[in-house]
Amino acid sequence: MSMHPMLSSLRHHKLTVFLLILQVALTCAVVCNVVFLVVDRIQQIALPSGLDEPMLSIIESQSIDKKQNQLARHDADLAALRAIPGVKMAVAADSLPFGDQESSYGTCATLEQLEQAAKLRSMQTNGCVQPAAYAGTPGELNTLGIHLVAGRDFRDDEYVDDDKVPAAILSAELAQKLFPAGNALGNTIYTGERKPIRVVGIVQTLVRPRLYAFGTNQLTMLFPSKSADSYIFYVLRSAPADRQRVLKAAAAKLMQLDPDRILPPEQMQTFEDLRRAYFQRDRTMVGLLVASCAGLLFVTALGISGLANFWVQQRRRQIGVRRAIGATRSEILRHFLLENFVIVSAGILVGVVLAVVLNLLLMKQYEVPRLPWFYLPAGALVLWSLGQLAVLAPAMRASAVPPVVATRSA
Amino acid sequence: MFGYYLDLAWRSLRRTPVMTALMVLAIGLGIGASMTMLTVLHVMSDDPLPDRSAHLFVPHLDPRPANFTQNLYAPDASANFTYPDAMALVSSRQAVRQAAMAGGTLLARRSGTGHTPFYADGRFTTPDFFAMFDLSFLSGSAWSQADEDARARVVVLSESLSREVFGTADSVGRIAHLNDADLRVVGVTRDWQPNPMFYADADAKEFSDADRFFLPLSTSLDLKFNTNGNQSSWAGSIEHNSPTLTWLQVWVQLDTASEVTAYRRYLADYAGQQKKLGRYERSADSAHLYSLMEWLAIERKVPSDIHLQVWLALAFLAVCITNIVALLLAKFLRRGGEISVRRAMGARRRDIFIQLATESAVIGFAGGVLGLILAQLGLWSVRHRPDDYAHLASMDGPMLAFTFALALGASLLAGLLPAWRACRITPALQLKTQ
Repeated sequence: MSMHPMLSSLRHHKLTVFLLILQVALTCAVVCNVVFLVVDRIQQIALPSGLDEPMLSIIESQSIDKKQNQLARHDADLAALRAIPGVKMAVAADSLPFGDQESSYGTCATLEQLEQAAKLRSMQTNGCVQPAAYAGTPGELNTLGIHLVAGRDFRDDEYVDDDKVPAAILSAELAQKLFPAGNALGNTIYTGERKPIRVVGIVQTLVRPRLYAFGTNQLTMLFPSKSADSYIFYVLRSAPADRQRVLKAAAAKLMQLDPDRILPPEQMQTFEDLRRAYFQRDRTMVGLLVASCAGLLFVTALGISGLANFWVQQRRRQIGVRRAIGATRSEILRHFLLENFVIVSAGILVGVVLAVVLNLLLMKQYEVPRLPWFYLPAGALVLWSLGQLAVLAPAMRASAVPPVVATRSA
Repeated sequence: MFGYYLDLAWRSLRRTPVMTALMVLAIGLGIGASMTMLTVLHVMSDDPLPDRSAHLFVPHLDPRPANFTQNLYAPDASANFTYPDAMALVSSRQAVRQAAMAGGTLLARRSGTGHTPFYADGRFTTPDFFAMFDLSFLSGSAWSQADEDARARVVVLSESLSREVFGTADSVGRIAHLNDADLRVVGVTRDWQPNPMFYADADAKEFSDADRFFLPLSTSLDLKFNTNGNQSSWAGSIEHNSPTLTWLQVWVQLDTASEVTAYRRYLADYAGQQKKLGRYERSADSAHLYSLMEWLAIERKVPSDIHLQVWLALAFLAVCITNIVALLLAKFLRRGGEISVRRAMGARRRDIFIQLATESAVIGFAGGVLGLILAQLGLWSVRHRPDDYAHLASMDGPMLAFTFALALGASLLAGLLPAWRACRITPALQLKTQ
């Protein structure tokens, strides 16, 4: 079939065709970028913490009597919590992934690097980073279900009650960053205390309490340090089905042991709730992005099929003539499908350029990453299918125009 | 004549009900989406104190060492004040009013026994705070400068905290137990929640937090109360009065342009003098004075997500408008015959143009109504999100009017090109080919 009759008919509707191309281009540009943003957010939301999340529940205790011996208080609390039926393990921790409260330490692989960084007042020098440190009571690794890939857990005699720790367990990414040669295990690191800290273990994955920027989220370490703070998180490990019951029992038990404390109800939750709350804004955003994407595609489809409908009605007589001089139904159908394909293709061509420009703008303004190239052909494919689907019904109606129409006057 | 055009528009639209519905739907969706997001942006970037904001300014000094490198993960260390700088500015009395402040959370106990204590957020500040920000007192008053200097054990409660602790809004003269201190209530203010909480440290939840008590800054230091928010130190010392630890916010009231100029000069002189004394390493140009709205823009209190959503909604509206332009164009051009007959019978181009524009406006009006309904639905769903700004999301009168103006403007704009194109149809040619 020759393209000629179709192209010449399009030339009669220059302005309308131009508008249709513009609309497809805008849709293509926006949809490519929005889908990319959605995928980016979903990856954030699904970021693995490195913890055995479905088994964990958290309860925060804020002691009111600041003069109390907090270490003894935590020990007594933990003993009581471990006695609750269903609680398999329990530890006290100063911070948790997605818990928002973070202690971070400027950390270097050697003392010389640390001195140099201190002199420059910057931890962004060679060999130094600012990882988050998790302090917790013995058994934290097992209770949280963090996967050790090398080395060992802390020994009981390594635990201290301040941050002058003799040993640390690093995340694989932190170990790689501090010791690019891969010899982290058994080596020493230095923090502001300027005392050597031996690396006794390496864990696969462990995220920060607060996510900042890509590339720093896994810079974490564990310290064998019992927190003497009056604010403490108790982490309980139980079967997933037991979590709510265990939480309720734990709250009752803690208040019974020492009523002079506050258990904030919003900090008494399963780890899954904690994660959900942390990513609340991102989930709102994903919802909005998906809705607007669907709206855009819907409106574009409406526009395409609306226009096609008009054209079919307008050209009923011409269609009748073409049918009368021998065009088959499928030829008429193909005419309209092909016409749509040509218009949408032109729109996609412009749209791809617009998409890249839009992405560059977003990168500059909102720290959005670069759009991977495969989003462009994927977006094109979606718009082609959308266009063909939208034009299908009008095209079918056109192919149903009987040749006899040609003999009637308009 | 307008009535006649309306009638013509109505007839024409009724002749193609599906097409009309599509156009109304498209403009409704576009308006609904963009108005939802514009309303959220509007309430979040609104002036928190419309009556006072023109007179409120925030000074900015930079005591950081010249070779200070800002940690990527840390807040801007110069956003807040050191204690010596804040006290110097407040005691100099160079502005009409001035106050230094920091947020704090204290444990409050309800009067009577057997109640569990609870935490309340509040502010440690200096006496000008109340008059400067125009808080209204239900009873009592602010503490005096003498109280401030004497580190008096006094407190001002918000109405809600007074009710929660004492069961009454009138608690002046009674003793409130906050943390381990006994403080005499000297005043009770009406609940006060400017959105955003512009005067707070960047760490606060600006759209949901509210201060429920106020007490003298000197008293809070005497009682060693902890403060909330960012504390940035660059020389190791974390004593509250250290000249290398920033943690306080300072606001000043300046009523006339000449006062503003004078205060700018004062700040530059202060910074220059500190440099001469060897305390500051940066020049006097590092001192600034920002108005309240400028400060909000700098601090970016509106999350960037919201801006992104607004742009997205506007792009959506643009696609909807393009869509309607194309549909109207096709529709008007198809009526070449009808238009030609009218032209041949004496209608001027202008008449045709107005007639077609009327038709576009009718679609715009219907789309505006639909868009308004959709925007209300959208805002309703925003209000049910747990985000801290969610409760603010509702339309006020001007936003409502703006919705209609946007819908009508968009559809008229959309109708402009097709109407212009259609009224240029040559009647003779059309009539001949019929």
